[in-house]
Amino acid sequence: MKRTMIATSAAALIAGLTTATAVFAGEEDELVIDGETLVTKAPAPEGSPFSEVISGWRFRSDETQALQMDDFDNPGMIYVDQGLDLWEAADGSEGKSCADCHGDIAGFAGLRAAMPKWSEELGTLATMEELINYSRTEHMGAEPWKWESNEMLSMTAAIGLQSRGMPVDVATDGPAETWWEKGREIYYTRFGQLDFSCANCHEDNYGNMLRADHLSQGQINGFPVYRLKWGGLGSIDRRFKGCVEDTRGVPFAVGSDEMKALELYVASRGTGLVIETPSVRQ
Amino acid sequence: MMRNLHVKEWGIAFAALFALSLPAMAETAPGDVAFADGAVEQSLTGGAGDAENGRAVFVDRSLGNCVTCHANSDVADVPFHGEVGPTLDGVADRWTEAELRGLVVNSKMIFEGTIMPGFYVKDPAPRVREDLVGKTILTASEVEDVVAYLRTLKE
Ligand code: HEC
Ligand code: HEC
Repeated sequence: MKRTMIATSAAALIAGLTTATAVFAGEEDELVIDGETLVTKAPAPEGSPFSEVISGWRFRSDETQALQMDDFDNPGMIYVDQGLDLWEAADGSEGKSCADCHGDIAGFAGLRAAMPKWSEELGTLATMEELINYSRTEHMGAEPWKWESNEMLSMTAAIGLQSRGMPVDVATDGPAETWWEKGREIYYTRFGQLDFSCANCHEDNYGNMLRADHLSQGQINGFPVYRLKWGGLGSIDRRFKGCVEDTRGVPFAVGSDEMKALELYVASRGTGLVIETPSVRQ
Repeated sequence: MMRNLHVKEWGIAFAALFALSLPAMAETAPGDVAFADGAVEQSLTGGAGDAENGRAVFVDRSLGNCVTCHANSDVADVPFHGEVGPTLDGVADRWTEAELRGLVVNSKMIFEGTIMPGFYVKDPAPRVREDLVGKTILTASEVEDVVAYLRTLKE
């Protein structure tokens, strides 16, 4: 027992040294888009396991970072344009477009920063995807879009962009509280044959290299994100799914209660950061 | 009745045959590994491992994939060494063979709560991928090969 403890503290020391001295490529870089500097590093809020919250952007290579700094180079912007077209397009039995009811999409500034949030109408913790589909089926008489469809990704990107630069501001109290707690429990649970929790990688080891990957805090303030590896935009659920698969585990179903709880909890861990939708990753 | 008896007899005969012809089958099952202070004295196969194959297991992404977390100068030819775990240069000077075996079988016996997976542990956590249920990451002989390889990492 004694020997176990000595070994552990020695290793903790080694690990501590690695973390403290780890300097990564983008650590001192600033994210400036159109002359505006976005907060990518901030003191963590009270109760946070971090001392600082850091955007995933800071952990990426100069080339990947550059793609997000110029809207003309950002491949996610093609989706935003498609989303803006869909915003104006009439659909469904009511023959209405989003714009017919909501006017300018800029009116949704702030919405993405508050997602996911408790919805009285839906009677559940709602994600952006669910709010969009609720409006499509209930107000437009249109077919719901599939979670990972081009249309859905385009619309979540276009609405998300309206909040770019706005601070993450999710409610974790009231009816959202039990969801948040469930999300936290999942975050710290180890899964799969490799026996990893989200925290093992994104809390204990951010800043460290995992083979060729530079581990970030696993923040979601930039989603949906354009991933060069995917060759397209992807949702929060797609990313979570990939991470659980990397534990050699069975991922939660896209859109499931577990995914939504996790989304709320992870979003709250990014309090202090601002929305960066659509961000770019390798 | 008669039939059942035959089957049983054959079963015993087969078992006896195996025991005679394959003494190396005295492989320790994942649940039966005996730890003492995190160390495992007994070879899981009863024999010595093959260090050369151990090196291959060490770098192979689908097997040990140790490089994902550990830097190790001996495999400098492999690109991208992780820094989640300590560098393994000179690891044989720091740990005995039994300790190294314990670390590969289940490092949680020495480093409580470590991120390092137990390579000879069945279903360590919930939601194990279906095709991997009941399976260990490495086989007993692969563990022995990796241990033999780690024994060569002297400063
Ligand atoms: C085995 C390590 C590992 C585990 C366990 C893991 N991840 Fe990840 N995750 C990664 C790697 C590697 C990346 C890509 C580099 C990065 O951004 O950290 C990543 C990326 C992410 C991103 C994208 C961040 C960005 O800025 O684009 C999110 C979000 C994320 N993970 C969330 C999670 C959640 C939630 C869990 C648990 C359900 C989890 N991860 C479990 C390794 C892991
Ligand atoms: C996901 C990360 C990860 C993987 C994969 C991994 N390790 Fe480790 N390993 C660690 C960490 C972290 C430590 C230090 C203990 C601690 O602080 O938790 C460690 C410690 C060790 C030690 C003790 C090192 C010392 O100097 O004290 C040995 C030996 C070792 N690992 C061997 C291996 C071998 C062999 C493999 C593959 C078969 C492997 N590890 C795979 C993370 C990993």
